[in-house]
Amino acid sequence: MAAISREEVAHLARLSRLAVTEEELDMFAGQLDVILQAVAQVGEVAAADIPPTSHSVPLTNIFREDVVTPCLTPQEALSGAPDAEDQRFRVPRILTEDVAS
Amino acid sequence: MSDLTRMTATEIAALVAGGETSAVEVTQAHLDRITAVDDRVHAFLHVDTEGALAAARAVDERRAAGEVLGPLAGVPVAVKDVLATRGVPTTVGSKILEGWRPPYDATIVQRLRDAGTVMLGKTNMDEFAMGSSTEYSAYGPTHNPWDLSRIPGGSGGGSAAALAAYEAPLAIGSDTGGSIRQPGAVTGTVGAKPTYGGTSRYGLVAFSSSLDTPGPCARNVLDAALLHQVIGGHDPRDSTSIPQPMPDVVAAAKLGATGDLTGVRLGIVSEFVGEGAEPGVMAAFRESVDALAKLGAEIVEVSCPTFAYALPAYYLIAPSECSSNLARFDGVRFGLRVGDDGNRSLEEVMSLTREAGFGPEVKRRIMLGTYALSSGYYDAYYGQAQKVRTLITRDFTAAFEQVDALISPTTPSVAFPMGARTADPYQMYLADLFTIPTNLYGGPGISVPCGLSEGLPVGLQVMAPTMADDRMYRVAAALESAVGTFTPPAL
Amino acid sequence: MTTTLPAYDEVVARYEPVIGLETHVELGTNTKMWCGCPTDFGGEPNTRVCPVCLGLPGSLPVANKAAIEAIIRIGLALNCSIAEWCRFARKNYFYPDMPKNFQISQYDEPICVDGYLDVEVGGETVRIEIERVHLEEDTGKTLHVGGATGRIHGATESLVDYNRAGIPLVEIVTKPIPGTGALAPEVARAYVTELRDVIRTLGVSDVRMEEGSLRCDVNTSLNLPGAEWGTRTETKNVNSLRSVERAVRSEMLRQASVLDAGGRITQETRHFHEDTGDTTPGRSKETATDYRYFPEPDLVPIAPDPAWVAELKAALPELPRVHRRRLQQQWGLSDLDMQSVLNAGAVELIEATVAAGTTPAAARKWWLGELSRRANESGVELAEIGATPAQVAELQGLVDAGKLNDKMARTVLEGVVDGEGSPTEIMTNRGLEVVSDTGALTVAVDEAIAANPAIADKIRSGKVAAVGALVGAVMKTTRGQADAKTLRELILERLGVQG
Ligand SMILES: [Zn+2]
Repeated sequence: MAAISREEVAHLARLSRLAVTEEELDMFAGQLDVILQAVAQVGEVAAADIPPTSHSVPLTNIFREDVVTPCLTPQEALSGAPDAEDQRFRVPRILTEDVAS
Repeated sequence: MSDLTRMTATEIAALVAGGETSAVEVTQAHLDRITAVDDRVHAFLHVDTEGALAAARAVDERRAAGEVLGPLAGVPVAVKDVLATRGVPTTVGSKILEGWRPPYDATIVQRLRDAGTVMLGKTNMDEFAMGSSTEYSAYGPTHNPWDLSRIPGGSGGGSAAALAAYEAPLAIGSDTGGSIRQPGAVTGTVGAKPTYGGTSRYGLVAFSSSLDTPGPCARNVLDAALLHQVIGGHDPRDSTSIPQPMPDVVAAAKLGATGDLTGVRLGIVSEFVGEGAEPGVMAAFRESVDALAKLGAEIVEVSCPTFAYALPAYYLIAPSECSSNLARFDGVRFGLRVGDDGNRSLEEVMSLTREAGFGPEVKRRIMLGTYALSSGYYDAYYGQAQKVRTLITRDFTAAFEQVDALISPTTPSVAFPMGARTADPYQMYLADLFTIPTNLYGGPGISVPCGLSEGLPVGLQVMAPTMADDRMYRVAAALESAVGTFTPPAL
Repeated sequence: MTTTLPAYDEVVARYEPVIGLETHVELGTNTKMWCGCPTDFGGEPNTRVCPVCLGLPGSLPVANKAAIEAIIRIGLALNCSIAEWCRFARKNYFYPDMPKNFQISQYDEPICVDGYLDVEVGGETVRIEIERVHLEEDTGKTLHVGGATGRIHGATESLVDYNRAGIPLVEIVTKPIPGTGALAPEVARAYVTELRDVIRTLGVSDVRMEEGSLRCDVNTSLNLPGAEWGTRTETKNVNSLRSVERAVRSEMLRQASVLDAGGRITQETRHFHEDTGDTTPGRSKETATDYRYFPEPDLVPIAPDPAWVAELKAALPELPRVHRRRLQQQWGLSDLDMQSVLNAGAVELIEATVAAGTTPAAARKWWLGELSRRANESGVELAEIGATPAQVAELQGLVDAGKLNDKMARTVLEGVVDGEGSPTEIMTNRGLEVVSDTGALTVAVDEAIAANPAIADKIRSGKVAAVGALVGAVMKTTRGQADAKTLRELILERLGVQG
C-alpha cells in the first residue's frame, strides 16, 4: 500500500504554497512514497522511553543584553524587495485573514 | 616564480608575508586560472574580480605599512554560495534568490575579511545545499576535475572542485549531512565539518538549522586547520554557538604531520565496513587503516548499531526543519516574484513564485517535511526521528569511551557519473550514508584523501567527540603524512 | 441578520456563561526580542529593522535577556510556577506581516504555568486561574490599500512595515472561568484592569490598549444550567477596558439569540466593533490550519536558575491588590468607599495627588466628585480626563492658601479639564482670585457697616451671628471674590468685637 496518496501530496503542496503542476503531482507522489516507506524505518527502533534530541549542543540560557544596535537603512531594508511603495513592502491583495496571536 | 595556484595556503601566506609576492599577484593568478578552466569545471556561480583585487590591494597596503598580518593574509578563498556576502550576489544555488545582494555579511565572511584573506567569489552548490552531486544547482552542475563527466559531490561540489582544479587554495563549505566531507572525498581534497556550534551559522542560509555546520575545505590538512582557526570560535549572533575557546586545531595538524600516532586508539565503525561500500573504496580504506596502524595507532572495531537508522532519521529531521526555514522565500522581502499581474492574490503569487523558484529536490523536501511535522504524523515521523537522534548520540558517546576517534570510508562509492542518480532521489541520499551520523550527533568529522580506486579519489573519514576537533586533525594529518596528497590529471 | 436580541436579565436567567481571556502584552524592553533594533512606538516605516527582524536568509535570533526576566517577573506576580526547562517553538503559517512565515512562540512548554489573579467584583473576590504565560514575537503592520477604510476586504494591495516585527510579546491565557453568571462581563473587565495594573506596577510594559501594547481576545460560551460547556467563540479587536465588558455582554446576547432559535454556535473568531458594540464573524476555527509546531532549533532551551528566580521574586514590587489595601488603611476608607474609588479608576490618581501634598480626603473629593462627573459626561476614562494629579494638588493648594473658595475652585477645575492651563494661570486669567487686598476689602466693609447701622449695632451688642448679613453684603459688592472666613474676621475687627 502506498504511504502517501496523490491527494495528500496535493494538500501538502497547498500547505507549502507550491503551485505544482499535474505532472509534478504524479512524479512527487511516486517519489515521496518511496522516500516515506524508507524513512518509516525509524519506527522500527524501540524508543518509547527515549527523550527526543532537538539540539545537539548542550547549551541553555543563551541571552543577549538589551542594548540597541544599528538598524539597516530603509534603502538597505527594501533593496531586495520585488516591489515597494511608500517605504513599505508592497504585496498583492491578501485573501486569508489569518492573524497571529 | 613557480605557479602560485599550485601552492598550499601556508606557502602563499609565507611568500606574501615575506614580500616575495603580493596578494594582488596571487589573486590575479587565481583569477586567471578561473578564467582558463571554469567554463569546463563550473565551480563558481559568481567571480568577484573587483572585490578580490581590492581586498588583495588592501592586504598589500597593510603589509607595506608594516602591519603584522595573520597566518592566511593574502590567501584567496572561494566561498560557498550559501553564505551571505554584503553586496555580492548570494543565491544558494536557487532561482528564488537570483540577483539577491545581501545587505550584510555572514560572521564567517566577516572573519575571512578581517583575517586578510581574499574572497574570489561564490561557489556552486546543490540548491539550498540539498543534494550530493551539485546537479541540483539551478545554475547548472559542477564537473569533477578528476573526470569532467563525473559529479564533484555535493552539496558543496563547487568549493571542492575549485580546490581540485587549482582555482582556489582554500574554500568554505557547509555540511548538513556530508556536504563538505563527501565532495572532499570524491575530489581528492580535505573537507572538515567542525563540531556543531564551533563555527557560526550567522549568515549561513539555513537548510536544517540543527545540523548545518560551516567549515573549511583545502588541499591539505594543515591548510584546512588554519582556515578552521580563522573562521571558528564563539559568535554571540548565533545562539547555538559554543561559548568556549575552540581546540587548537593547527597545533594538532602539525603534531599529526610528524607521523606519530602512538597511544591513539582508533575505532572502525563495523556497520560501515560491511556491504555498504564499493570494493575499490574498501580496498583503499583497508590500506589506510594499515598505514595508521604503522604510525602507531591502535585499531579496534566498534559497533554503533543505531547508525543504521541515521539516514531515515536524517531524511525526516532535515526536511522538517527545511520546510519551515524555506517558508520565508515568498517573494515579499527579497528574491524572485512571479505572477504578480495586479489581479492575482498574494496567496496565488506566493505559490507561483515558490513553484517557479524552487527546483524539484527542494520541493520534495519541503513537502516531506511539511508532512512529517503535521499533527497526525509528528510523533511517528519527526518525534521518532528525534528519539533516534538521541540513540545515535548514545552510540557515539559509548564508542568514544573506548576509542579516541572513529574512522570509516567517507563515502560508499567514488564519484559517480553525472545523471546516474538524479532520477532516483533515494539512491542519491545513500551517498551520505557514512557522513550523516556525525551531523545528528553534532561532533566533528573530516574527510582526508586516502587513495585511489580506478583512478578516482577515495576519502577516509575521521570522527571525533564534540569539541575535540583537534583529534581528527591529528589523525588526518598523520594519514596524510603517510599516504600523501593526490593530484588530478591536468585539465 | 436583524434578530431582536433578548434582554440581558433573561439571558443570564436561562444560560450560564463561561469566559476566558487571552491577553497580549508588548514588553517595554529597549530592543526587540531577537535583535538589537529599538522598540519605540511610531517611527518612519521600515526604519527599525535589521536582517534578523526582516527574516533575511541566514539571519538568526538571540533572545533578549530583559524580556526573559520580564516574563518571569510577570509569571511570579501572577503566582505561576516557573518552568525549570522550556523551549521556544516555531508556529508555521504564511502571512506577509510575519517575516519568516513562522512565529517564534512557545507551544507545549510555556515558561510560566498554573497561576492565578484575584480580582474584586461587586465587593467579592473572584479568583481567575491562569493557565500559562508565554513569550513570543509581534508581527509587522499591514496597510491595506484600495479598499474601504483600510480594511482587508476589497483592498487591491497591501503595504507592509516591519518596525513592530519581533517586539517581545507576552501572552497570558486564563483557564476557562465558569460561574460568574450575570457578572461575567464585569469579571472580564476587572481581570484585564487588574492584569494591566499588575504589569504596569512591574514596569515591564506601558500596557496602553489604545496603542496596542495591551491587546485582548475574549472567549465566550453559554450553556444551560447543569449542561456541558457550550461551543466558544473568540472575539478579537477588543481595544479598551470598556470594550472588554461590552464584547462579553454582546457575545452573550448574540449566542443566546442563536441558541433560543434552536441554532448552534460555530467555533470561530469574531471581530468586535467599537462603534456598534457588536461582533461579526472572522475566520472559522473549524478549518484552522495545522501550525506544525516544533522546537525552535535556532534557540537553545531556557533553564532559569532557581536562585535567579528567587531573587526576582524577592524583588517584586508591592502588587496593586496589596498596595490598595495599604492605601485604604492610610486613607481611612471603608470597604465601600474604597470600592467606589476603585470603580472610578481613581486609586493611582488619588495616590499621586496625595503624594503631591494634598490630604487624602481632599484628593478623593476632587477625583470622585467634579472630575468623575466630567469623565462620565464625556465618556472617557478618569485618567484621560485632562487633569493631572499635580494640577489637582495645585488647585487644592490654592484653596488651602485662601486664594480660592470652593465655588471658584470648581470653576478653575473646569478650566483645567478644558485645557486652559494650570490652576494658577486660570485663576489669574479669569480674575478669579479671592480678594485678599485688605485695603480694598476694608473700604468695602466700612461701606457695608455704614449702610447697615442696625446690624452693626446688633453685632456690637454681642449677637455675633448677625455678621453673616454683613458678609453677604460685602460678597455682593466684591462679586464673591472675597474669602468668607477672612471677611468675617475683618468685619468683627472693624466693629471692635472679639470673634
Ligand atoms: Zn532587527
